[in-house]
Amino acid sequence: MATMRVPNRLGRFGRFGGRYVPETLIPALDELEKAYHDARRDGEFRRQLRALLKDYVGRPTPLRRADRMSAELGFEVYLKREDLNHTGAHKINNTLGQVLLARRMGKRRIIAETGAGQHGVATATAAALFGLTAEIYMGAEDVRRQALNVYRMRLLGAVVHPVESGTRTLKDATNEAIRDWVTHVRDTFYVIGSVVGPHPYPMMVRDFQSVIGREARRQVLSLLGGLPTHVVACVGGGSNSMGIFYPFRKDPVQLIGVEAAGEGLNSGRHAASIFMGEPGILHGSLSYLLQDEDGQIWPAHSISAGLDYPGVGPEHAYYHDTGRAQYGAATDDKALEAFRLLAQWEGIIPALESAHALAWVIEEQETLRREGARVLVNLSGRGDKDVEQVSRLERRDAHAND
Amino acid sequence: MRTIDQSFAQAREEGRAALIPYITAGYPDLEKLAGLVGALTRAGADIIEIGIPFSDPLADGPVLQKAASQALSQGTRLSSIFEVVRSISRQAPPLVFLTYINPVFRFGIERFMASAREAGVQGLIIPDLPWTEGASLRTAARAQKLALIPLVAPTSTPAHLHAIRNAKGFVYGVSVTGVTGAREVLDAGVERLVRRVKAAVSLPLAIGFGIATPMQAQQVGRLADGVIVGSALVEEIGKEPRRAEENAFKFVTELRQALRNNTAKA
Repeated sequence: MATMRVPNRLGRFGRFGGRYVPETLIPALDELEKAYHDARRDGEFRRQLRALLKDYVGRPTPLRRADRMSAELGFEVYLKREDLNHTGAHKINNTLGQVLLARRMGKRRIIAETGAGQHGVATATAAALFGLTAEIYMGAEDVRRQALNVYRMRLLGAVVHPVESGTRTLKDATNEAIRDWVTHVRDTFYVIGSVVGPHPYPMMVRDFQSVIGREARRQVLSLLGGLPTHVVACVGGGSNSMGIFYPFRKDPVQLIGVEAAGEGLNSGRHAASIFMGEPGILHGSLSYLLQDEDGQIWPAHSISAGLDYPGVGPEHAYYHDTGRAQYGAATDDKALEAFRLLAQWEGIIPALESAHALAWVIEEQETLRREGARVLVNLSGRGDKDVEQVSRLERRDAHAND
Repeated sequence: MRTIDQSFAQAREEGRAALIPYITAGYPDLEKLAGLVGALTRAGADIIEIGIPFSDPLADGPVLQKAASQALSQGTRLSSIFEVVRSISRQAPPLVFLTYINPVFRFGIERFMASAREAGVQGLIIPDLPWTEGASLRTAARAQKLALIPLVAPTSTPAHLHAIRNAKGFVYGVSVTGVTGAREVLDAGVERLVRRVKAAVSLPLAIGFGIATPMQAQQVGRLADGVIVGSALVEEIGKEPRRAEENAFKFVTELRQALRNNTAKA
C-alpha cells in the first residue's frame, strides 16, 4: 500500500489535482498556499483552532458501537458522531480553520458555495463568530430543497445569493462563487467546502477535516484495542470521507467511499463520478467527472443535495487509481431506507448524505457478516435538515399508491 | 492564409490597433457561424475569436453564459464546429478558438490540436488554463504550429510576465479582475497593465474584458496593439437572431471606424 506523499509541490495527487483557474487567481492561490503553510507551523494558530474545535464545536465527537444495528446485521458497526458537532455536520471543522486563516491573512470578506446548505451554515457560523459577513452562493434548486438552511444562514447574518444558471445546484453555485472570487480577489477569502478546487484547497480541507480520522483512530483503538476492518463514508466532493480516511491511510483497513447512485447507475440520474465518470477538469482540478464526449459536464442527481455534484476531490481519484480506497454507490431509495432504519435502530436521524454510507453497509451485510467485519461509519451529519423533504416524498409516494 | 503576426503588423502599419471580435459558435445557431464570420471579415476584423461553448464557463459573465447554454441546448457539437470552421477559414482573417480546458482535455490534447490546425485555426485561448499548468498543451500546440495565447491579469506577477516572454501569437490582457461582460467605465488599471506587459514581453498585446462601445475600443486602442470585443457583440447578435449578420456587421464596422481615427499611440 505504497501511497506517495501527496500532493506534490504543484498540487498533484498522482495525475490528479493541479490548478486550473484563470490567471487572475494564481497569485491569490500562491498567497493562500504560503499563508496556510505558515499557519500550520504556527503554534498559536494551531492552539486557537484546537480551542475552538473543543469549546465551540464540541469536539471530540463521540464514537460508539451501534448496538441494535450491530445485532440486526450480525457484525460490529461503530458510528463516528460528526452529526453532534455544532451546526450539525462535519463542515464546521473546515470552515473554522479557513475563516481563522482568512483573519490571519487580513481578508475581511468571506464567500462560499453550498449544496445542501450545511457548508453555507458552517461558513456563516464561523464568520459570525469573528464578526465577518459571509456571502453564500447556493443553487436556486437547492434553495428550494433546503429552505431551512437558507433561513439559518440569513439568521446568522449571511447574505444568500440564489444561483439561477445551469442546473441551479452545487456545481453552478461553485461557478458563481469562483466568478465572485475572480472579481474581488484582492480582499476576498473563498472558503471552499470540500476537498475540491485548485491547489492548495484539496490538501487544506483534507488537513482540517483529518481531525475526524485522528480522533476516530484513537477512540477505536482504545475502545476495541485494535483497528476496524472497514472505514465507510459517503462521497460527494469527499471531505468527510477524506477527513476520516486520511489518518487510516497507512493502516491495514479497507477504506470505502460511497457515492450517490441516485435513481440507479444506469438511469443517467446519479452523482457517481468515480464509479461512472471519466477524468476531466472542473472547478480548478483534474479528477473524475460526469461528462459527455465533448467534455460538457453532465448534471448530477441525488436525493441528497450535499452529494449532488458531478465531480469529486482529486485525492479520491488518486485513491481510486492506486487502489487505496474502494468506491461503491447507494441509490436514493436505499439511502432513504437507511435513513429510516438508523432512526428506528439507534434513535439517530442521519443526514441523507450519511445515510448513503449506512446504506452501503446494509447492502453489503452478507459479505461483511461472513468476514466478521468491524465497520466504522462516519456519520457526517444529522438529518434534521432532511426531515421535511423526506416527509414530503412519503406523502407523494402514499398519494401515488392510492 | 494571413497569420496572426501579419494581422498585427498590418494594423500597426495602418497606425491603429487590431480589432479582434469574439463570437460563440452555435449562437444563435451553428448555421449562422459561417455568415457571421463573413460579416466580421467584411467589417474589418483583423483576427476572429470563435468561442467553443462550455457547460460551466466560470470566466464568463451573464451574456456569454447564456450564449453558451443556448448553443449547447441546441446540440452544438465540437465535431460540427470543426467542420464549419474548416469550410470558412481560408476566406477569413486568422481564427483562434476560445475554449475552456475540459473540452480540449476530453477530446484528447493532441487530437484537439491536430483537428484545430486541420480546420485552419491558428491559435487557442484557454481562460482556465494558467501558464503554469500549460506545459503539455504548449508542446502539443507547437507541434501543430498553433499559438497557445497567454493571458495576463492586473494581478499577474513579474514572474508570470517573465515566464510568457517566449509565447506565440499575442498576449491576451484581461483588463479587470473579473469575468467577461460589458462595463460602463474602463478600469483605470488598464494603462498600468499595458505598461507592465510592454516592458516585459515583445509580443503584441490585445486587451479584452469589458470593452463594449466604439469609444472604449478607441481608448484601449490608443494603449494596446489589439482590442477584443466579446459580450457586447454577442449581445448585439442575440437581439434579433434573424438579423444577426447585419447587426454584427454594423457594430463591428463602428468599432473598426473608431480604431481608424486612432493614430496617437502610447
